[in-house]
Amino acid sequence: MNEIPLSHLLFVSTALFFIGIFGLFTRRNMITMLMSIELILNSVNINFIVFNKYLYPEKMDGIFFTIFIIAIAAAEAAVAIAIIINLYRSHQSIDVEDAEEMRY
Amino acid sequence: MENNYSYIALIPLLPLAGFLLAGLFGKKYFRRSSGLIATAFLLIATLLSIYAAYYYFFKIGRVDGVYPVVTAFKYTWLRFSENLSIDMGLILDPISVMMMVVITFVSLMVHVFSLWYMKGEERYSTYFSFLGLFTFSMLGLVISTNIFQLYMFWELVGISSYLLIGFYYDRPSAVAAAKKAFIVTRFADLAFLIGILILGFQGETLDFATLIQRLSDTASPQFIRITGASFFGISLFTWALSLVFIGGAGKSAMLPLHIWLPDAMEGPTPVSALIHAATMVVAGVYLVARLFPLYHINHVSQQLVLYVGTASALFAAVIACTQTDIKRILAYSTMSQIGFMMMALGVSGYSEYHGLGYAASLFHLFTHAFFKSLLFLAAGVIIHNIHSNEMRNMGSLRRFLPVTHAVFLIACLAISGVPPFAGFFSKEEILLAAYNSNKIVFGIALFTSGLTAFYMFRLYFSIFWNQPMEFHSKHGEMAASIKVPLLLLAMTTVFGGFIPFGHYISADGARLDTHFHLVFSIAPVVFALAGILMATLLYKNKNGRPDRLASAFAGFYQAAWKKFYFDELYLFITKKIVFPLVGKPAAWIDRHVIDGLMNGIATATGKTSSLIKGLQSGKVQNYTLYFLAGIVTLSVIFIYLWK
Amino acid sequence: MTAYQIIFYLLAAFILSTAVLSVTSRKIFRSAIWLLFSLTGIAGLYFLLQVEFIAAVQIIVYVGGIVVLVIFSIFLTQQAGRKMPNPPMIRTVASLLSVLFGFVLTWVLISQHNFHTAANEFNWTVSKIGLQMTGIGKGGYALPFEVISMLLLAAMVGCIVIAIKVPSAVSSSKSSPGTNPDQ
Repeated sequence: MNEIPLSHLLFVSTALFFIGIFGLFTRRNMITMLMSIELILNSVNINFIVFNKYLYPEKMDGIFFTIFIIAIAAAEAAVAIAIIINLYRSHQSIDVEDAEEMRY
Repeated sequence: MENNYSYIALIPLLPLAGFLLAGLFGKKYFRRSSGLIATAFLLIATLLSIYAAYYYFFKIGRVDGVYPVVTAFKYTWLRFSENLSIDMGLILDPISVMMMVVITFVSLMVHVFSLWYMKGEERYSTYFSFLGLFTFSMLGLVISTNIFQLYMFWELVGISSYLLIGFYYDRPSAVAAAKKAFIVTRFADLAFLIGILILGFQGETLDFATLIQRLSDTASPQFIRITGASFFGISLFTWALSLVFIGGAGKSAMLPLHIWLPDAMEGPTPVSALIHAATMVVAGVYLVARLFPLYHINHVSQQLVLYVGTASALFAAVIACTQTDIKRILAYSTMSQIGFMMMALGVSGYSEYHGLGYAASLFHLFTHAFFKSLLFLAAGVIIHNIHSNEMRNMGSLRRFLPVTHAVFLIACLAISGVPPFAGFFSKEEILLAAYNSNKIVFGIALFTSGLTAFYMFRLYFSIFWNQPMEFHSKHGEMAASIKVPLLLLAMTTVFGGFIPFGHYISADGARLDTHFHLVFSIAPVVFALAGILMATLLYKNKNGRPDRLASAFAGFYQAAWKKFYFDELYLFITKKIVFPLVGKPAAWIDRHVIDGLMNGIATATGKTSSLIKGLQSGKVQNYTLYFLAGIVTLSVIFIYLWK
Repeated sequence: MTAYQIIFYLLAAFILSTAVLSVTSRKIFRSAIWLLFSLTGIAGLYFLLQVEFIAAVQIIVYVGGIVVLVIFSIFLTQQAGRKMPNPPMIRTVASLLSVLFGFVLTWVLISQHNFHTAANEFNWTVSKIGLQMTGIGKGGYALPFEVISMLLLAAMVGCIVIAIKVPSAVSSSKSSPGTNPDQ
């Protein structure tokens, strides 16, 4: 366990987080934005597990948080897909720039 | 009804009720009966005020030799500090009771007359509502306990006058006249307000009784303070009283604030009878009489009253000799008579026989109200039949309008000071008071009374004698109901002079016996008869003498006919000085600076909002960007910068 | 260099590269597949970190559930074969710069922080996880467990309500009168 320093693991999760954010900014498609969000959530999961393992090995809070985050991410992805399908029906497109009615 | 004065509150409230009823519901419900209802209310009010006068002068009578000042009730309305407050109250004292009787009686006569005169008028109920408002305001003015309350009713009177003068609002001349009246009196009221403020501040009270008591007692701290302080070398006391007098002069059409009164004849004639003969224009006299102890102590302001009054009397009499519109002649006559009243107040002393001027002035107010309103009402009948105001369209009307002829003659005799009519007694007392104090003023007054006789009889002869004319009247002389007010007023004109006025009203409240000085009264009567004789020579039969006389005086006649160019002077000042130098810059500032500021704020807000609104673009990714930017900024601040 | 470390670095490279490919790929289906690989790589990382339960959950829920859902939605919205347009260059550059800035900031923060790693061993089995999750004593997660189940119920109901097609009214309004002339 101690062979890999904590900071290296944190590097992975941070990089994954920012890759997800980059995807969120750059992608025009709603489904690909959803995929980027999943990447972000996963990076957070990695963070929780790693901190739990390295800093507080006698407790399990990190693991539980991870489980809950996975559950919630699933629910959220389902709802997001439902919304995307609904939007597709009315706009005939899943381009996020076509759904900008809520503007000034 | 001992010590229960609540019925006195009904006296002003009944006309107010008439105003509200006729004003709010008159058009819809009471179109024809609004006049009768208003008249009925006013009849009750008149009876109540006569009863109040009877009760005050005879039942209460004198307490310690003077008539007491009874405060019927007082209610603190607005309290500025411990000492200073504006109260609303009701005061009973000789002059207020007398004024109540005069106002209600004359107003009642005018109401009855208007029932006939304004019949067929589209805005019949509005007219009666305005009359009710005016009567209410005037009554409130005379029963005020507090100088600020008086000022409030003063303004109300001004408004009612404006509404009534401008009653025929489709006539531009009427509208202009109403505006002129209101602006001139409002301008005078500015001075009045400043005077009130000075008096209130220095006297530490606004209540009449307390104010008079404090500022007429030379030992009181307020008196010492107000006479001690001075502004531009004149003591503050003089300033205050002079400013208050200026306010009164505006309402009473004294020189040089008289310009509104002739133009105010644009209103219906009964209105002129009520307002511009008997009630509103005497408000200034009432004001000076109310504050008389103060004017007496401060000689400078009393001199001001005297000079302004005398000058107005003479000035108006001269102009009246040249005018041709009968209502304007009567207007200048009113101005002249009020000048007499002010003059009498100016020469008056305070105690015992020295207070003759005060009593004489108010006696003249009393009698003048009756014969002047009678003159105006008769003029109303004449105008209604001839459909013109100009004397040259009239002549030899004595055959066609007999009753009018009779009452007009009685009133002219009264105003000229011919015994035994009322005007003789009151004018004689004024002249006596003037003689006792200032011979020059006496001389001028005597000459003016001669002039009065002359121009009044000029008017009389030009209407009822002079040239023969065709007269076709559809109306007949008048309805029977009109004879009642004319005859009642004529009776008071004949018999009113015999009231021993000084017994009831005098400067210090004590009994003042006025004696009839046979020798003294020869001079006024001679002057009056001389005036009448001259008028007879010139005007009884049509001849060329008036024109020859006018051309003999050429320039002076022209100036008098043009009312001594006062209107032109005022117009010049307003158009050439006030408008370009004050009005135009003020308008520019209002439009560009103030509006510009507001518009600028609005434009700036609009521009800012259109800059910012781009933030709400509806694009999810922009919002995500803002999230991230915010989080990063906050984290940088809190981690690195917040120590 | 132990095997442990080599495997870790390989896995890390795999995760990050597939993630990058996922967010930059032009074809949407490929993007979904790269996501799948990335998530599997993360599961592998969990296995390495000896949290097997989480790794299993990751594969079942994320890979087998969410990615499949995403692929279904791609098909439902008929996007499968098309090529997605590139975003404008300025947006790419700006995003790249901001992301780099954020990454550097975070990395500096992390690297400068002294983490006191504990010395104990980490030994959790599935039974221990299960007991604690349903435990109601100190440190028990029974309440969040129940709440999560409510959340899942709400999500299910919500999805159905949002995505449901209103039957006859929608279809009759969608068909225009001119399409069926023989009706």
